[in-house]
Amino acid sequence: MLEINNLHVKLEDEDKVILRGVDLKIGAGEVHAIMGPNGSGKSTLSYVLSGRDGYEVTEGSATLEGQELLEMEPEERAAAGLFLAFQYPVEIPGVGNMTFLRTALNAQRKTRGEEELSAGDFLKLVRAKAKTLKIDAEMLKRPVNVGFSGGEKKRNEILQMAMLEPKMCILDETDSGLDVDAMKLVADGVNALRDAGRSFLVITHYQRLLDHIKPDVVHIMAAGRIIKSGGPELALEVENNGYADLLAEVAQ
Amino acid sequence: MNLPKAKQDALTARLAGLSFDARGWLGAARSEALARLGAMGLPGKRDEYWRYTDPTSLTTPEPPPAAAFDAGDETPVFDGIDRVKLVFTDGVFDADASDDLTLAGVEIERLAEAGGADIHWAQGLYGVLEARGQNPVQRPLAALASAFATDGVLIRVTGRAAKPVSLIYRHVSETSDAILHHCVKLEPGAELTLLENGPAAARFTKVLEVEVGTGARFHHIRAQGRDHARRAATHVFARIGAGALFKSFTLTANGRLTRNDAVLELVGDDAVAHVAGASMGDGDFHHDDTVFITHEGERCESRQVFKKVLKNGAVGVFQGKILVKPGAQKTDGYQISQSLLLDGDSQFLAKPELEIYADDVKCSHGSTSGAIDDTALYYLRSRGVPLRQAQSLLVLAFLAEAIGEIEDEAIAEDIRSRLEGWLHRHAH
Repeated sequence: MLEINNLHVKLEDEDKVILRGVDLKIGAGEVHAIMGPNGSGKSTLSYVLSGRDGYEVTEGSATLEGQELLEMEPEERAAAGLFLAFQYPVEIPGVGNMTFLRTALNAQRKTRGEEELSAGDFLKLVRAKAKTLKIDAEMLKRPVNVGFSGGEKKRNEILQMAMLEPKMCILDETDSGLDVDAMKLVADGVNALRDAGRSFLVITHYQRLLDHIKPDVVHIMAAGRIIKSGGPELALEVENNGYADLLAEVAQ
Repeated sequence: MNLPKAKQDALTARLAGLSFDARGWLGAARSEALARLGAMGLPGKRDEYWRYTDPTSLTTPEPPPAAAFDAGDETPVFDGIDRVKLVFTDGVFDADASDDLTLAGVEIERLAEAGGADIHWAQGLYGVLEARGQNPVQRPLAALASAFATDGVLIRVTGRAAKPVSLIYRHVSETSDAILHHCVKLEPGAELTLLENGPAAARFTKVLEVEVGTGARFHHIRAQGRDHARRAATHVFARIGAGALFKSFTLTANGRLTRNDAVLELVGDDAVAHVAGASMGDGDFHHDDTVFITHEGERCESRQVFKKVLKNGAVGVFQGKILVKPGAQKTDGYQISQSLLLDGDSQFLAKPELEIYADDVKCSHGSTSGAIDDTALYYLRSRGVPLRQAQSLLVLAFLAEAIGEIEDEAIAEDIRSRLEGWLHRHAH
């Protein structure tokens, strides 16, 4: 599904290298988690994959189902099936949540040469999906993320994911700022989308989220590189011992 | 007091080609307006309220030529709205294109036919609000319109008008110089929606005086035509009575030079005045909103919401003042003027003013200039919305607060679709 080879990235405006040769391969239907200390480049990886400005790829490649991602515009990546659930979902005053969802969904369908969804069908779909995420009609009517609580914003991200049905979902610290109940709700939303044809990359600081969204593979990222990969037990090891041991191990 | 020679010469030259009609009650009102104009002279670049907008092309004897614009790519604005239409082509009334002027609860007369008639109510209004509005800021072009208007409509509303009155201004001649003056009087409890649309002429000078009686409601929505080379100086003068509502929204897309003055007086208690504008300019575009709101009554509310989208060197100006007179306690005044600069060449000049002589009031004002939010743009694109569509969505979001001032949802939707059309045509 997603294949990243030797990815090197620096900031566009300053001489600061952030990713120093990331290699990652996620098969269809797999759930991978990335953990790592602050500043290790986890969020940068998600931004570079989704096409945010301000980063320069100096070496390496990233492909989604064989398509070269890094040369596409952000909207083309979305239409190709990539989705990033933001760590800090953006507030857009003046744009209604419903308008936003419908515009995004129909734009993607159009790009893929599919027929646009009628207003009625869209409404039915969004209501059903919103209900399972406990997003009420009021939240759908309000401007995108404006005045939403931290939990509401994250639920809104998962709603977008559920509506857009991407193939490759990246969740950037979706658990940050969530209480236990909200995290459960978000995790249930994600689990409901798990499918043989859909892959996930879950970026998190805490093992806690991985109790709810069970990963197949856990990667540890440090200083712009994946330094160790393993099963779910790797996340437990980090939870118990921190990163110090792992970093020391690699440094040797 | 005599004018300086240069000012006197400019005024004489401007008035030379205009014919003055001294007949009847209207003639008396025109004479007074002419006297006011004679004392002020025409606006000049050094006048305090013309510092950001050069009035020269609005005051020359002949207007700079302006080709009429064929807007064949979209249906005229307000087309789907049931209304009583009055059509003026280059400032001349077109009876064939207009509707029968009968509407329950509303009396409609044409100014050109009113001079000889005894229209008692209009005698207390024509030129009266304009004259009041000359102090403390002079508005000579309004006095010029009162003195020399060739036509206009006089509307008296005694009940709730069943449908809007719609003034349609067509522009055909490349050198037309239209001067119109309208009066609207809403008797206590009456309600009217007035629509205006179209470029009117190569140059358009206009006054609209509105008296909103106790508890009456007046809605004004206008779309100034899409002609690129047109010029306009328009004025709205309103006196708003106790518990009455006045709402005015203006959409301006294109136009080389537009100056829209609004002079509103909240004279009764608990009155409400909202004035809003959304304007978009691409290239040779100068748009000036100059607003003066006076609070006299207690517990009155005023809102000014002006949004401008500017690109390729377009210029936006906002001069907005709230004057709270002694005794106007519990005033609630709000003013926001914002520009969205789509490139580095465009310019927005804002001058907010507050002058408050009462001690228990709430007045807020703000002004911003900014570009499209990159983070919001990236967020939309990351969800699959193509760049241009994402930009349009954010521009419309920027304008939403101004459009939100239109109460009638069908009219608001019509205005929104005009904006979308413009954005689509001017995407790059």
